[in-house]
Amino acid sequence: MSAGIDLDDVCCDFGNFRAVDHVNVNIQPGEFFSFLGPSGCGKTTILRMISGFTDPSEGVIRIGGKDMRGQRPNQRPTALIFQNLALFPLMPIWENIAFGLEVRGVDKAKRRARAEELLDLVDLGGAADKMVSQLSGGQKQRVAIARALAVEPSVMLLDEPLSALDLKLRQHMRAELRAIQKRTGVTFIYITHDQGEALAMSDRVGVMSQGRLQQVANPRDIYNNPVNGFVASFVGENNILTGKIEQSAGGMATFATDIGRFSAKLGDEARGDDLKLYVRPEHTALSAVPGAENSVPVTVSEVAFEGSFISVQAKTQSGKILTAEIRNDGSATVPAIGAAMHMTFDAARAAILPDSATARG
Amino acid sequence: MQDLLRRYGMMLTGVFIFLVAFWLLMLVILPNLTLFESSFRPYLPVVDIGGPKDTYSMGNYMKVLNNSDPTSVLGIVVNMPIHVKIFLITIWYSAVATLVTFLLAYPLAYYLSKIASPKSLPTLFLLLFVPLWVSEVLRAFAWWIILALKGPLNAFLLAIGVLDQPVRWIQGYNGVMIGLVYTYVLFMVFPLYNAIQSLDTNQIEAADDLGAPWWRIHLRIVLPHAKPGIASGSVMVFMLSVGSLLVPSLLQSTNSQWFTQTIQQWMLESQDWNTGSAYAFMLLILCTLFVSLMMWVFRVKLSDIAK
Repeated sequence: MSAGIDLDDVCCDFGNFRAVDHVNVNIQPGEFFSFLGPSGCGKTTILRMISGFTDPSEGVIRIGGKDMRGQRPNQRPTALIFQNLALFPLMPIWENIAFGLEVRGVDKAKRRARAEELLDLVDLGGAADKMVSQLSGGQKQRVAIARALAVEPSVMLLDEPLSALDLKLRQHMRAELRAIQKRTGVTFIYITHDQGEALAMSDRVGVMSQGRLQQVANPRDIYNNPVNGFVASFVGENNILTGKIEQSAGGMATFATDIGRFSAKLGDEARGDDLKLYVRPEHTALSAVPGAENSVPVTVSEVAFEGSFISVQAKTQSGKILTAEIRNDGSATVPAIGAAMHMTFDAARAAILPDSATARG
Repeated sequence: MQDLLRRYGMMLTGVFIFLVAFWLLMLVILPNLTLFESSFRPYLPVVDIGGPKDTYSMGNYMKVLNNSDPTSVLGIVVNMPIHVKIFLITIWYSAVATLVTFLLAYPLAYYLSKIASPKSLPTLFLLLFVPLWVSEVLRAFAWWIILALKGPLNAFLLAIGVLDQPVRWIQGYNGVMIGLVYTYVLFMVFPLYNAIQSLDTNQIEAADDLGAPWWRIHLRIVLPHAKPGIASGSVMVFMLSVGSLLVPSLLQSTNSQWFTQTIQQWMLESQDWNTGSAYAFMLLILCTLFVSLMMWVFRVKLSDIAK
């Protein structure tokens, strides 16, 4: 049982501050959808509007096609997992999980049985009578998920639930969350500022900045085909070059910068003057000889061995620092500092994008 | 201690310690010990003090059992000593006052800690404190005026047509109850405010999100969390009410009597300090027992209250 969610031109104002600005998105039933953005971008406000704790100033939110205006949080088919989890410390684990059932008047034996079922689902069998304070961070996480699942929501809303966990556990819980979502088929809406989380777990990602939804796409497109400079630089690293379009044809353009002319893809929304060239470090190559096109002579200024890749900082003749990443396939050579080399990149992997996030709309 | 010595030197530290010790010993411990000791001795003419009749006994404490008075308790007539009856009435009405203050203070404390905007808090707290700028005597007296037969309350209710004729408000223990609740309500508000404020608002929202109606949120989340605050507020209001002399004296009716008034009558009107102190210690000990019993019944630990 899952429901889709439509945000129809939703705005939310706090006094004079517009926290959410004309957001439109249709989330499919059973989808794992992430809102990704820096803190203060309005993503938590969106979540609070869907769950009913905050009312939109404009626009309509529909869950399963049903207008949610005037519906209290306790009347909506959503379950929210709070950033700090908000487990009830004075109740044992099973009562925490069964709280939603207690509210619905389910009798005690059934509540207990259901709580134990859900504990098994989240791999916490046998913890029913423990208190919240006896559990580790990851276990609390699972209790929070089980508590939300107990009310059989059509939509699960998750507000950065992994941010308090350490790295290893976080990666483990990512897989776990994804598995639980697949198993239950519930629509998941996930809020995060961690691009890795959003890309790894989601069916689709909506990148937000300053209250606006910048781009909605699957993780691959978000990373490979960002629509603007904000999305490109918030998700992953970039070499950013300022300049002007000299000529363009068939979606490709020649971009003149102070370190040379480059040909690159023209982004869909690349209009106006405020354009920049974005090239990801892992899409560049360093070689002793210049490439056929899009090649810059550089001097290696810094090398950092990161394990799976080698990060190289190189200076152009005009002093601009560019970054390249060399994949460590076991035979990769580490360039020497001070070596004169050529940095080359593929035109199809470089994009001309509007600079600022707000340039849109 | 060493900190104190380093900061203020030998002389000043000595003065501090002497003053505190003097206050504790001479003004608190010794007077109490004297009263405690004299509570076991009979009330004698001056010439007999220290004589053969001046022996220790429980006689003063036993006086509470004198003067039986037939009293109807839940329809059953019991022969109850008059002072025991006053004591029980005092405990009962203090408990009622505690309950009423709780019922008034809880919504207020919840509003202050979870609903009111932080900006308006200073103003709201000021409004709560303003009445405290006036002495307790005047406030109790003000109530006496308000509730009087020809007082403003009756005049107002007559004027708007709620009443046909004035009501005698100060009857039985009504006046005392109103006075006690009004005087001690803040002692309930602040512990409750502190307790509720420390509750993570997300927990309230989580319960709401899981479908709980407001009353269940209070019953299952807010009240259990606020229990230490409720306990300390209740102990304070109860003990202050039981020990209050001013309010029951000023707002008494012809048929109300508070146990502290009985003690006062022994001490001042009969000039029998021995029996007066015996009654005072009895009140102290029995109230402590009663509070301990209540804490045991509601499973409150002493450490919860100290928080």
